[in-house]
Amino acid sequence: MTSLSVTPPSPLPSAMQMLFLALACLSAGALLPLVALGRPRLAQRLGVATGLAGGVSGVVAAFSMLISGTASDLALPWTTAGVSFALHIDGLAAFFLLPLFLLVAGAALYGSGYLDATAEGRGAAFHWSFLNLLALNMALVVSAANGLVFLLAWEGMSLSSFFLVMHAYQDPDALKAGRLYLIATHLGGALLIAFFLEAGRRCGSLDFSAFSTLRSLAPPQALFFFLLLLVGFGAKAGLFPLHVWLPDAHPAAPSHVSALMSGVMVKTAIYGLLRMLSFLPPLPAWCGLFLLTLGMAGALYGITLAMLQDDLKRSLAYSTVENVGLIFLGLGLWLYSTATGQATVAALALTAALFHIWNHSLFKGLLFFGAGAVQHAAGTRSISHLGGLLRRLPLVSSLIVLASGAIAALPPLNGFISEWLLLMALLALGQAATGGTAVLFLLLTALLALVGGLVLLTFSRLAGLVLLGEPRQRGALGHAPPAAMVAPMLVLALLCVGVGLIPGVPLKLLRGAATLVAGTPAAVVLPFGPLWGFCGGLLVTGAALLVFIAHRRAAAGDARRPTWGCGFLRPNARMAYTAGSFSELAATTLLATPMQPVVSATPTTCLFPTRAAFAREAPDPVLERGLAPFCGQLARRAYLFRKLQAGKLDIYLLYMFLATTLLLAWAMVG
Amino acid sequence: MLSHLLPHLILLLLLSPLLTGIITRTKAVIAGRRGAPLLQLYFDLAKLFRKGMVVSSTTTWVFRAGPVAGLVVPVLASLFIPFGGIRAPFSFNGDLVLFVYLFALARFFTVLAALDTGSSFEGMGAAREATFACLAEPTVFVIFIVLARVSGSLTLDAMLSSLQSHIGHPAAGVPLLLAAVCLFVVVLAENCRIPFDDPNTHLELTMIHEVMVLDHSGPDLALILYGAAMKFFVMGALLVSFFLPPQPTDIVTETTAFVGAMLLLAVAVGLVESAMARLRLIRVPQLLVGTSLLSCFALVLLLR
Amino acid sequence: MQNLPDFILIAVILLNFFLLGTSRLGACVQAVALQGALLSLLPPILSGPSVHALSLAGGAFCLKGIVIPALLLRAIRKLDINREIEPRLGYIPTLLLVALTTAGAFVFGDRLPLLAAHLNSLVIPASLSTLAAGFLTLITRRKAITQVLGYLIFENGIFVFGMLLAEAMPLMVEAGVLLDMLVAIFVMGIVMNHINREFSSSIDTDHLNLLRE
Repeated sequence: MTSLSVTPPSPLPSAMQMLFLALACLSAGALLPLVALGRPRLAQRLGVATGLAGGVSGVVAAFSMLISGTASDLALPWTTAGVSFALHIDGLAAFFLLPLFLLVAGAALYGSGYLDATAEGRGAAFHWSFLNLLALNMALVVSAANGLVFLLAWEGMSLSSFFLVMHAYQDPDALKAGRLYLIATHLGGALLIAFFLEAGRRCGSLDFSAFSTLRSLAPPQALFFFLLLLVGFGAKAGLFPLHVWLPDAHPAAPSHVSALMSGVMVKTAIYGLLRMLSFLPPLPAWCGLFLLTLGMAGALYGITLAMLQDDLKRSLAYSTVENVGLIFLGLGLWLYSTATGQATVAALALTAALFHIWNHSLFKGLLFFGAGAVQHAAGTRSISHLGGLLRRLPLVSSLIVLASGAIAALPPLNGFISEWLLLMALLALGQAATGGTAVLFLLLTALLALVGGLVLLTFSRLAGLVLLGEPRQRGALGHAPPAAMVAPMLVLALLCVGVGLIPGVPLKLLRGAATLVAGTPAAVVLPFGPLWGFCGGLLVTGAALLVFIAHRRAAAGDARRPTWGCGFLRPNARMAYTAGSFSELAATTLLATPMQPVVSATPTTCLFPTRAAFAREAPDPVLERGLAPFCGQLARRAYLFRKLQAGKLDIYLLYMFLATTLLLAWAMVG
Repeated sequence: MLSHLLPHLILLLLLSPLLTGIITRTKAVIAGRRGAPLLQLYFDLAKLFRKGMVVSSTTTWVFRAGPVAGLVVPVLASLFIPFGGIRAPFSFNGDLVLFVYLFALARFFTVLAALDTGSSFEGMGAAREATFACLAEPTVFVIFIVLARVSGSLTLDAMLSSLQSHIGHPAAGVPLLLAAVCLFVVVLAENCRIPFDDPNTHLELTMIHEVMVLDHSGPDLALILYGAAMKFFVMGALLVSFFLPPQPTDIVTETTAFVGAMLLLAVAVGLVESAMARLRLIRVPQLLVGTSLLSCFALVLLLR
Repeated sequence: MQNLPDFILIAVILLNFFLLGTSRLGACVQAVALQGALLSLLPPILSGPSVHALSLAGGAFCLKGIVIPALLLRAIRKLDINREIEPRLGYIPTLLLVALTTAGAFVFGDRLPLLAAHLNSLVIPASLSTLAAGFLTLITRRKAITQVLGYLIFENGIFVFGMLLAEAMPLMVEAGVLLDMLVAIFVMGIVMNHINREFSSSIDTDHLNLLRE
């Protein structure tokens, strides 16, 4: 259907040329593997090569645009649809494109080692085709300058990621996850279609350049648009309570796809929200309060459930819900402080949110890559079965420890910088306000600290149980992943450390995006200066190394013995703490009953007990206790309407007749 | 205030093991015993540093990183708080966040080091430590917020050194006192003192921190003990700055007052430990939640 | 000594937290006694040492600080009541509820149209939060004796509220309330004795459900 007249207006700006090259590579990557359908290894090679080329050229394009700070446009006439195929890249788009292409390149390289093409058979070609299609569509969503292009790319993104989630389609759990994902993403998409139709009707065009007329909307209509956008984009971003599909869908996909979905796909929704908000008139303060409440609730909810999961990737997916909550908390603070005229705090909060978007892409990408390496090596994702991987895969495991530290916002890694900015925004608001408002913001600070504590609990559990100690089940020993999988992890880890040590550079790069969103120059200067982090980091590492070396020498003749069994004669690995036992104390003391994990155990009845079973699960309470019963009720009610469907032709004709009559009558009256 | 770096570090490094000695001596005197010498921890450290090590064969570099982080973090964190007349060597707007997260860094590595041994007992301790920290951390933040509201600043140095002039003020006095009480509870909890944890027992089912370091020996154990002493010193310095004399005089008097107050704090902790029994584990979260609520109440009182 | 009443009222609020957070019955009774004794100091401090205020303070101190707690402690000893409080709702949720009601008391107290003299005082918040603590004790604790404690806390809240009307309230009304309490305690004591004899295991108000038709 796309009869694209490829006559690009010359001369293209160089960054735009690179972007065009990236898009062309990805388009080729979507088609070429299908040509080699019968030869899986060739298909995989083609897919990896195009994905990698697209990702790398995209990174170059986005980076040079961020540095130059100029916006560039591309408009191709699109003969059938009657609108132009318009792309617009400015600071905001480039801000989102950079991590996107980075993870696309990483995922392509990683996938080449992760997927066994010969074992996949024809599936390999489809996988690589859909992966490149997903990357292409995500890039188009971020660079679209037209509502129709945006919606088409959005739909392409949803569908291609749906097929990637269904990679293991023989698995009933993956099927269920895919179905839920498809429903959720289309419900959100429907609201977005409604928004674009209504906005296009008001502005007379679907071009984003025409959307500026929306700024003169009356407050109630602006509010209506805001809610449409919030639900529509929130469903994709995993905003609480619309996140229910996310913890199922993200882990079901292969790990490099999970990294893409968690690391950048949820961010495209945040991009959409930010872009559309820049067209709307200023919103009242309570919108900000609403958004930040949802964000805080999502952060608490997400991390609590992440703490309870036994599946490594599911835990990471819930942590995505938490991080998206933190980003929305920052955005809510930004909206609130803009509406109340506190410009410096607004800049601080917006910068915190944007910074966290980048940071989350880095460490969550790394963590999902790491989880994939663990699964690849040990053959299981259950935290309770894993263990002892650090001794067998020292490099990969050390990188996972690093990423866990980064996501727990430990200084001097990158997570700390955005957490610090967020806390400073909250503290500044609390310092400036009086009475109840001040209490609200200051208590939010305390809640954020609670979230921080829970993140530390979750990720020390994850890293500690998966990588350390002894494997809790035989067979979960592990073999080293190929270099193709390790290389992208190394790059991401280096970036995590680099951003943490020299936060001034990324801060400068994202200034353009912040200015575009806020409408006014939004500059945040870190009080410790760009070099402070560097010095601090150096101090930490230097001091640590010094002590380490000194005490290594002291301990030159240390003896190696098994771990002390605390008086037990034969302690074994199955007696070690498991995922469930590690979080049990927190679950029983801190959580309300509906949030607690579901335990099923066969009770021991006699003196010589027979075989017993014990299982502990933490299903999503919103889904299991809220949405699922509600939808079940709804479906039962809907069965009443089945009586209409009698299966007789004359009855159906009667319906048609009645409908026509009614329409005629309505036309006459109206 | 970089000129204060050297006296600051000397005070911290030399004095911190003494406080542990004072606590044990106080307990001994109350119990009618003579007790160990005040300098016992110095002797212990000297001896442990000279000893060899037994390392579990399941462990990796993480096991060695735990004690190092436990030692380095208190030193780094101490650089942001004043010791009486000796002002903080480093300070910037918002260093209170860094202060809290530095301790999170230490906790992360201590917990991982415990899990690295693969022992179920140490895993238990690690889980408890991480859980109770979730409850103590918000309290610390709320206390800092109370201080920030009172002093109008977000740097620890300015917050803590102006406290004494506010504590007599009618509107700020009560919230500050409540915050001090909360901070005292947090100091006890974070430094694994009675009623939360008993530093003298091993292998009791109710213990938290002590069980995590069962497999460390020799120089590693020395690092842990020294780090714990410095952590107590740093957190104690926070608490003590609530009660220092209001009029700033010269640096020597102020620092002497600070050291005297630290010694008194050690005696107070010893008295609490003599008077109380350790709480049942199930009551610990209760007490910590109560403390967080109390600190929130202090905040409400301050802001009304 | 300008803010001595404030200190007392804050201590009263903190005792509310303690009352609903502790698991020991004896400590709970002693805390109620301490609360009552602290409150009885308020009338002379707030309205000056008149005969009215002093006699009110003396009566309240004797009854709330000494007589009633002594009776309750005696009952605990004589009836062999378990020292553990049996909560219907866990300690942490109750503590959160106390915090919420206290915060609500502060918010509500600031909204009330009061005399200028009372505007910034803690009397209203302290009174409301103590009333709420009494309610919570009555609702969330299971034992008959904790029900009595709940009424006592409740009465303490009313007493604080009465501070606003210290001049207007006749001595007889106050005294009557105190006497009512005493009689109520006696009645409860007798009832408890009977329940104890009837269901020898524990004095649990849930057993009273059997008395409905």
